[in-house]
Amino acid sequence: MSDQLIQFAYLAAAVLLILGLRQLGSPKTAPRGNRIASIGMLVAVVATLLKQEVVDFRVILAGIVVGSGLGAVLALRIQMTAMPQMVALLNGFGGAASALVASAELFSYMRAGEEPTGIVPAAIVLGVLIGGVTLTGSVVAFAKLQELMRGAPITYPLQRASNALIGAGIVAVGVYLAAQPLEIDAFWALAAGSLALGVLLVIPIGGADMPVVISLLNSYSGLAACATGFVLGNSGLVIGGSLVGASGLILTKIMCDAMNRSLTNVLFSAFGSVQQVAAGAGPQGTAKGYTPEDAAVIFSNSRSCIVVPGYGMAVAQAQHAVRELSDTLQEKGISVKFAIHPVAGRMPGHMNVLLAEADVPYENLVAMDDINSEFPETDVALVIGANDVVNPDARTDKGSPIYGMPILDVDRARHVFVIKRSMNPGFAGVQNPLFFNDNTMMIFGDAKGTVLSLVEAVRELA
Amino acid sequence: MLDDPAVALTILVLALFVGFEVISKVPPLLHTPLMSGSNAISGITIVGALLVAGAADRTPLGTVLGFIAIVLATINVVGGFLVTNRMLAMFRPRKPDA
Repeated sequence: MSDQLIQFAYLAAAVLLILGLRQLGSPKTAPRGNRIASIGMLVAVVATLLKQEVVDFRVILAGIVVGSGLGAVLALRIQMTAMPQMVALLNGFGGAASALVASAELFSYMRAGEEPTGIVPAAIVLGVLIGGVTLTGSVVAFAKLQELMRGAPITYPLQRASNALIGAGIVAVGVYLAAQPLEIDAFWALAAGSLALGVLLVIPIGGADMPVVISLLNSYSGLAACATGFVLGNSGLVIGGSLVGASGLILTKIMCDAMNRSLTNVLFSAFGSVQQVAAGAGPQGTAKGYTPEDAAVIFSNSRSCIVVPGYGMAVAQAQHAVRELSDTLQEKGISVKFAIHPVAGRMPGHMNVLLAEADVPYENLVAMDDINSEFPETDVALVIGANDVVNPDARTDKGSPIYGMPILDVDRARHVFVIKRSMNPGFAGVQNPLFFNDNTMMIFGDAKGTVLSLVEAVRELA
Repeated sequence: MLDDPAVALTILVLALFVGFEVISKVPPLLHTPLMSGSNAISGITIVGALLVAGAADRTPLGTVLGFIAIVLATINVVGGFLVTNRMLAMFRPRKPDA
């Protein structure tokens, strides 16, 4: 196939990827969008295999067979609660593959003794650097999410200063390699430095901030592909990589906004470390404990309920119990919606997937901005395993560490039920005045067991 | 074609803009499938891996790097699209009788 035809095939592939992403705009069209994007990928792969430079298919076939097998097993077996880990891992794989391709290209220039020209040397440096950081940063993020290592930030004296020094060293080596691309020692220094930097950048970030980290690494994996696209002069790679880069950046910004923190603060402040926890105030007043039966009595006089699920619900595997409660309430004529805070769960949109898996129809899953105006008209707000995202101090108390963070205004509902294991504060270490409000009923206990007793109690009151 | 930095940069910037436009329209409801889908798209680097592993004049090191790169990129493409498909199938509308 002529080179020009192959270029057209890459263009077609890029168009299909973009059209596919566009269909992700609605849950109705999204499955088709995913198929369209996968066809785009197939077009790009087939076009590449038809290129004249590709003459040996043995390694290719072996690699595709092994990769497809591993990918399929991973995709079909992964638990939905573990999706953040899978995305973290795939971010790392994408970054690694791009870095390997950029490195292999550099080696082939070295063997030919021919200096790469134009933007190629700089693109090789960027491909190795971004890809390397993405790989090891993602492995650390994966380990934190999978609880292979503790989620608390790992800090040591002069951490930022030493990281800045290492970063500056890597930039210097990178600039040198871009100018002298055939210096193999500079390449190894760059590769080793990039891999080390990925680890160093992610270990000081707390487990609760992993949604931001995996969004950012998602973006990096795309940018690494972009850089590799420049190395190879391949427009398909540049466009595909840019789409992923843009997507990751948007999600990173959404996650930061949802926590009212700047990206710099998330990346460099070791939030959630011991010093921060001391900022939490002691209990204000007394929280009143109630039973599920008390709550059922209130439900029997209610017409509307908004459920606010937090990650505590998912940890307790209470999704199905919550859906059962929602069905039972709806049978009693009570309308039920779910209010989803952007940082509910362990990655962007995670809570929606967990509830969709438990058969909650997607129309009932409402984003924060769309549902906040409904709380004053709502009889019952039921908070399950969420804490900081419903803390009214974020609206009113300028001294609170979470002041300014957008929250779900559950305190404006007529009644608030909070299902919680204990009075322990959330990850920000801040006490929550919601628990002491007159219209709040605390129901202490394990999320799953408590919700199931609530279902029972509501049914009995019929 | 991409040897000209101006052309290359033009494609990059325009693609980023398209990306921002299209992806900012994806609702928060679907942000997790968006991420796994973009994992799959980042596997586009398989194109580069194929060129490395399929070249006639590659070194043994090139063969090894190319093979690993193809495996990793294929895991992304196959795993990413399959898991996204699996997840999207879970998003069901309300039953008509409910």
